Amino acid sequence: MLSLYVFFFLSAVTLVSAVMVLLSKKPIHSVLYLTLTFFTLAGHYIMLNAQFLAVVHIIVYAGAIMVLFLFTVMLLNLNIEGEFQKSTVMKFVAAIAGGMIFLVLIGTLKSFDVTTVGDPSMTQIGLVKNLGKTLYSQYLMPFELSSILFLSAMVGAVMLGKKDKN
Amino acid sequence: METTVAQIQVIPLQYYIIFCSALFSIGVIGVLAKRNALVIFMSVELMLNSANLLLAAFSAYRNDPAGQIFVFFIMVVAAAEVAIGLALLVVVYRSTKTIDINALNRLKW
Repeated sequence: MLSLYVFFFLSAVTLVSAVMVLLSKKPIHSVLYLTLTFFTLAGHYIMLNAQFLAVVHIIVYAGAIMVLFLFTVMLLNLNIEGEFQKSTVMKFVAAIAGGMIFLVLIGTLKSFDVTTVGDPSMTQIGLVKNLGKTLYSQYLMPFELSSILFLSAMVGAVMLGKKDKN
Repeated sequence: METTVAQIQVIPLQYYIIFCSALFSIGVIGVLAKRNALVIFMSVELMLNSANLLLAAFSAYRNDPAGQIFVFFIMVVAAAEVAIGLALLVVVYRSTKTIDINALNRLKW
């Protein structure tokens, strides 16, 4: 029963901070609320007994991606009060469209019978040992390819960020 | 370990689906309603994260490690995407002195 309360608490914090990402005027506040969202999502991963994913999520998102966002905001001096706002009509339309997507996603859930399956004695797949075995045997090729992806992303970012000579 | 396993069984899978749908919808609203390119990137991150959490939930409930491996790869791709996207944003800012999405309308018509 306790886990249910923890789930509701984490979900509430995640949704509120996700909404605050959109509502806050300054970009730096959005980044900080986004970090809060990432931490609560890591809590969700821990609830799912996916410890490896929780750690990787914190390292990658709260570590790397948040720093990237913060540095972009700070280096470009973008922390201005949002002077470009969409018109109220456009905001309403966007909210209605997003709400429609939510309704459709929930509506499809109604027509399916999602049974909570799973063998309770075997839910240790999220541990580092078991995930590592799968990753380095079955998914070794994509794992190695992702290193090439990272290399090309790094080269691309440096190339784009370099100042033009002329 | 027994207690964590029992915890997983307590929360119905539907709750995760509803929660992730809500998070995804918030991301969609952010992409549609904002003009700041940085906030749009953040909304895309929200959408990616909601899909990630749902994949992890399904894989944990079905005892299939492939889902969590997929989440790992999505995180890898998301990190590369953010690096490139922010570099592009810097380039755009240098040439137009703004990150307003509406300033980039040259390919519109």
